[in-house]
Amino acid sequence: MPGITREEVAHLARLARLELKSEELDHFAGQLDDIIGAVARVSEVADQDVPPTSHPLPLTNVMRADEVRPSLTPEQALSGAPAQEQQRFKVPQILGED
Amino acid sequence: MADTVIIKLTAAETAEKIASGELTAVEVTEAHLARIEATDEKVHAFLHVDREGALAQARAVDAKRERGEKLGPLAGVPLALKDIFTTVGIPTTVGSKMLEGWIPPYDATLTRRLKEADVVILGKTNMDEFAMGSSTENSAYGPTGNPWDLTRIPGGSGGGSAAALAAFQAPLAIGTDTGGSIRQPAAVTATVGVKPTYGSVSRYGMVAFSSSLDQGGPCARTVLDAALLHEVIAGHDPMDSTSIDAPVPPVVEAARNGSVAGMRVGVVKQFAGEGYQAGVVQRFNESVELLKELGAEIVELDCPSFDLAMAAYYLIAPSEASSNLARFDGLRYGLRVGDDGTLSAEDVTALTREAGFGDEVKRRIILGTYALSSGYYDAYYGSAQKVRTLISKDFEKSFEQVDVIVSPTTPTTAFPIGERTDDPLAMYLADLCTIPTNLAGNSAMSLPCGLAPEDGLPVGLQIIAPAMKDDRLYKVGAAVEAAFTARWGHPLLEEAPSL
Repeated sequence: MPGITREEVAHLARLARLELKSEELDHFAGQLDDIIGAVARVSEVADQDVPPTSHPLPLTNVMRADEVRPSLTPEQALSGAPAQEQQRFKVPQILGED
Repeated sequence: MADTVIIKLTAAETAEKIASGELTAVEVTEAHLARIEATDEKVHAFLHVDREGALAQARAVDAKRERGEKLGPLAGVPLALKDIFTTVGIPTTVGSKMLEGWIPPYDATLTRRLKEADVVILGKTNMDEFAMGSSTENSAYGPTGNPWDLTRIPGGSGGGSAAALAAFQAPLAIGTDTGGSIRQPAAVTATVGVKPTYGSVSRYGMVAFSSSLDQGGPCARTVLDAALLHEVIAGHDPMDSTSIDAPVPPVVEAARNGSVAGMRVGVVKQFAGEGYQAGVVQRFNESVELLKELGAEIVELDCPSFDLAMAAYYLIAPSEASSNLARFDGLRYGLRVGDDGTLSAEDVTALTREAGFGDEVKRRIILGTYALSSGYYDAYYGSAQKVRTLISKDFEKSFEQVDVIVSPTTPTTAFPIGERTDDPLAMYLADLCTIPTNLAGNSAMSLPCGLAPEDGLPVGLQIIAPAMKDDRLYKVGAAVEAAFTARWGHPLLEEAPSL
């Protein structure tokens, strides 16, 4: 399988919202190439007719009665907020100007 | 009773003495707080010591006793809590700068259960950032030393919890195990650690790393103490949709009735070979001989899929982590960097994550993003999921032939701090024997089985049982512990250097 390039690492970092520094890209690209080289062994089973397992337990939706219960107060919910205003989380602008 | 005696008691003994009035919970708590004060500058097991909270909890236990109320089996016993569980009013950092100074507004279910059982929480223990690592060196707050040799790692990610036990700072601790983070630290510190069956211990309020693998569990210095703690923290929780709604296996009863007579014990061919230290192999082989002497029948097992376990794990865990850690966006809680009024939320998020995450977390986020990206998904993540199925099948087949499986917990003893920090692949090898259990979801324990002759450092014996048969770990573990302790003349930790 192909290895991973510095450009690909930079692209993945952008997708993952990580503003990596140039020296980090150099450092991680080599390490990730080694790691991917090692984990690529799983492709040995790619052609086997085996169902995939995503979870150790057979998962089912867990429902509960739709009733009002005590929960966090607005003050508690906002207690860790980096910025707040009018009992709301204050965030940097999400949409552009136009 | 002198502090030096109090700190060496087991949790079971401590609880008994508090219940009988021979000791007060406050005396016990003060002895441990003093021990932490005297030794933690060297060990650095704790990120936060909650002196006032611990003493208040201890006073409440003593008051309960004075009123003649019935005390639980661990009432008044101090515990070191891994800093991955939320605690109201006490910082929870997960070993990361991302959550530095964050005070959670709610308790994890596990925290609540400990409080309800009158366990005294001494503080929060050091760990690899977001539980990613095998040495605790990935903590943003500096490494923890192994009490056996402070220049060596205490294992990871739960190195702080294991070191606190081995340094006699607490008789009980809590860990979480995604790929070995309870068992590997237990092995390298000569303590006992259990990864319960997946779904036994609630994940509500446990900061998520890899949700299909993460499992909280008990850490202690004896098998019985681990069982007593297991019983307190396990059980169904409606707040965790993957919590198993079934009775907790009878772990305490099993720990009180250790025996392997007539049991079939499996030894897996794949848990050996290159990379295993000679002294580890020697102590493991002696453990197998011991099991035979105690009346077990040894069966050799072939589990070819285990050779692919590490590769599958380092695709599945980073994939889930890349998704789970997306929540750390600098918007609602935790760190926020670069919000100067001109930058967009997207830019602020990227700057925050760059500043808040350490190298290993970044590597795994990128690796997971890669494995899940279109074009690579089938080859990597899809194949890793197939390996997961094959591993479960190999376990199923094995448990048709045997009651439990044994192996070394980790291929080597504790390595020097700094030796593997810039070689992630070498670091990953520490979890070679522990990972298959996480992928399949069944239960496993590590307990001490001697010191490696070449370096005098602890070796761990791993016992693996089927899902929801956690009691077998304790039955076998208690028998092995009793036989080894009789042979050594004392618990192995007695041989650790005094700090």
